[in-house]
Amino acid sequence: MGSQDEHRQLAEAEIARLIDGLRRILPPQALLVEREDLVPYECDGLTAYRQLPLLVALPQNEAQVVAVLKLCHELRVPLVARGAGTGLSGGATPVAHGVVLSLAKFMRILDIDSVSRTARVQPGVRNLSISEAVAPYGLYYAPDPSSQIACTIGGNVAENSGGVHCLKYGLTVHNVLSVRVALIDGTVVEIGSGALDSPGYDLLALMIGSEGMLGVVLEATVKLTPKPLLAQVVMASFDDVVKAGNAVADIISAGIIPAGLEMMDKPATHAVEDFVHAGYDLNAQAILLAESDGTPEEVAEEIAAMCAVLEKSGATDIRVSHDEAERLKFWAGRKAAFPAVGRITPDYLCMDGTIPRKHLAHVLTRIAELSEEYHLRCANVFHAGDGNLHPLIMFDANVEGEVERATAYGGKILELSVEVGGTITGEHGVGIEKVSQMCVQFSKEELAAFHGVKAAFDEHTLLNPGKAVPTPRRCSEYRLTGSAK
Amino acid sequence: MNDLTEHLRERVLAAATDRKPLRIRGGGTKDFYGNAPSGELLDTTGHAGIVAYEPTELVVTVRAGTPLAELEAALGEQGQMLAFEPPHFGEATVGGCVASGLSGPRRASAGAVRDFVLGVKVLDGKGEVLNFGGQVMKNVAGYDVSRLMTGALGTLGLLLQVSLKVLPKPAAEATLRLELPQDKAIEMMNRWGGRPLPVSATCWHDDLLTLRLSGARAAVAAARAKLGGEDVAAAAAFWDSVREQRHAHFTGDVGGSALWRLSLPSRCAPLDLPGAPLIEWGGALRWLTFDGEASIVRAAAAKVGGHATLFRGGDRSGGVFQPLSESLMQIQRKLKRTFDPQGLFNPGRLYAEF
Ligand SMILES: Cc1cc2nc3c(=O)[nH]c(=O)nc-3n(C[C@H](O)[C@H](O)[C@H](O)COP(=O)(O)OP(=O)(O)OC[C@H]3O[C@@H](n4cnc5c(N)ncnc54)[C@H](O)[C@@H]3O)c2cc1C
Repeated sequence: MGSQDEHRQLAEAEIARLIDGLRRILPPQALLVEREDLVPYECDGLTAYRQLPLLVALPQNEAQVVAVLKLCHELRVPLVARGAGTGLSGGATPVAHGVVLSLAKFMRILDIDSVSRTARVQPGVRNLSISEAVAPYGLYYAPDPSSQIACTIGGNVAENSGGVHCLKYGLTVHNVLSVRVALIDGTVVEIGSGALDSPGYDLLALMIGSEGMLGVVLEATVKLTPKPLLAQVVMASFDDVVKAGNAVADIISAGIIPAGLEMMDKPATHAVEDFVHAGYDLNAQAILLAESDGTPEEVAEEIAAMCAVLEKSGATDIRVSHDEAERLKFWAGRKAAFPAVGRITPDYLCMDGTIPRKHLAHVLTRIAELSEEYHLRCANVFHAGDGNLHPLIMFDANVEGEVERATAYGGKILELSVEVGGTITGEHGVGIEKVSQMCVQFSKEELAAFHGVKAAFDEHTLLNPGKAVPTPRRCSEYRLTGSAK
Repeated sequence: MNDLTEHLRERVLAAATDRKPLRIRGGGTKDFYGNAPSGELLDTTGHAGIVAYEPTELVVTVRAGTPLAELEAALGEQGQMLAFEPPHFGEATVGGCVASGLSGPRRASAGAVRDFVLGVKVLDGKGEVLNFGGQVMKNVAGYDVSRLMTGALGTLGLLLQVSLKVLPKPAAEATLRLELPQDKAIEMMNRWGGRPLPVSATCWHDDLLTLRLSGARAAVAAARAKLGGEDVAAAAAFWDSVREQRHAHFTGDVGGSALWRLSLPSRCAPLDLPGAPLIEWGGALRWLTFDGEASIVRAAAAKVGGHATLFRGGDRSGGVFQPLSESLMQIQRKLKRTFDPQGLFNPGRLYAEF
């Protein structure tokens, strides 16, 4: 067994056996082997990293997934599960001598139980389509990543994805009751149940956020939340990002947990305004979006309380959405922030560190200084309520050296997040992008424990090898090259 | 306010050298829970103190031996709380609370202990101090070992310190009571669960359904008016009696000594078992006194997609937790071996196999 960083090369004969075996399992159109068919799979949302896989399998049912896994396990061929490919950390980036297992055909909502408020869905179901399907029952699926029109539940489970409403409603881990998982040897297990807990160790928590490295999700049973009667959003402008950051703490101090609490800096609002015309204040150094939901009485009470706090915190302008259309418009800007920045730059890297909010001023100042140092622009979008920062580093991959500069700049931001007591990733995952910075955040022994967890599920490291958890060798190299502190 | 990490580490190292298992114990209030504890006593109560608490970050970091009551008092001073309302059962410690993974009445609406655990510092079976998760609310770096440790009954490591998400106390609460038979009560709890109502706890017992509403003043008042029923006097004492199992259902003469905890999908109709349960969590948690064969309760729970734990008393020799399938047991065994290769921590407390 080779180390994680040097994936095993397959001999011609092994490749032939693999293809032959897969042809027996899958219908012809469900197996892609030609280069031009493989190209769409060469990267996910982290486009700076590209790698063609050996081939792509698109199974249509559970039996086929199980058979593909068994075959790969037997032949010791690595395998990368893939949902919609919107991941931002390279979690779904193929490995050269491996198979991409696309779950794109698993698009069925299997069961909606409006009484228990749960839905059982296949992994390729898009996040938003669950909420659409259960809307007639007055329910919705709460975690709402900005990519929700495209990303799949399988991907959400693998990344423990969040959204703009997770301060109040939780992340994927808080909203999934059980998953049906195929292990690498083809064994299918149910993890979790329709009850609120399960006997033994909490394997469900382990599966969620495991970046496709422990098993392939075949089904997920998600919790549905009653739709609030009303939601309204306050938009507040600030002439200083630090004041905006402090206003967030003031809202929390007042005992309010807004349904959403988001911040954008000036470069971000400008990019967005040109794109979606959300009505943002272009003079503000930062804007805050704070949502309240509940009964009309409750919302009125909370909105008034938030406006009072924001005013005291020095907001230069405060606007409250008048109706649902305006509320959605305010959010549309925030949700389109990444593509909006994508329009004003050939390429961008989206960072994902989470920090204790009290260090916001320091971190934003450092990010601005680093922007000068690396000669790259940066816009900041921020899940302010829970301290999750998304600096968007703009660069042009066609300009010699910019990819490297952008990556180095991003790495510095991640290390800064760790330095102030935070983490390198809040919701996008480590993938291949941040695997080196894992050496900064975790000790040798902690990383060894992660490898132990991996081995409990996949001892030959065939599922998504080379991602998320670095080998000791990789860490010593990283430390030697001086990129880490 | 003591940091006894070094002392605890030495004890673990000594145990590893002598190959003598340890019985990790905080306040000892959950000695009854799980399979019978064994091993040399390792008391964590000296390792105490709130390490960091910043109300505006909604995060508290606390040493495992800290009394749970002390932590709750500190949060209360800032108008905050542990939203999962853990039972104390006496002078509990925070470590024991997280290790046992038990949550109280607010669980169905707010979440369980595991939903609020953000990070842990543990001693593994080799005496290494390991940190997982952190002090921030969103963190997906590495596998979620902090939540894995939650409810593991100390079998994966000695919890030294935990970081928990905290929440503001609700501005208003009201408790009301309706007379309903069991099947109807289950139906109503599920129906209300699907509506945007601020229900924060439910308890059905003896044809009475008690309901707590929590939230903004206006929301509680509106829901109170809509749901009808009678106001309950001394509501706080009532919920406390449910949370701490001092309620008559747990203490009275109920004709049996084995208390079963059934965790089920909330909508399940009343189970076909003798005796009436006390029901919480909108139908998802049912407490039943039953002295018959364990296999009968387990089968009844499994049939509807749930599981049963022999919570207190009864014949515990066959293991108190619902047996796992061989594939799941195999994974759990390997996880145990990863964190505690010599099997030093609380052997057999969760499953006899490890
Ligand atoms: C514009 C934009 C906005 C975004 N906004 C957010 C946001 O607000 N919040 C947020 O959290 N993320 C956000 N993301 C990131 C991304 O959308 C999420 O990580 C999403 O969950 C990925 O889903 P996917 O189906 O695209 O997964 P993929 O990218 O295909 O895969 C992601 C990971 O999941 C694994 N995987 C996929 N399916 C399975 C399965 N069935 N079983 C096991 N493993 C599987 C893959 O191996 C990979 O490791 C955004 C991305 C974009 C491009």
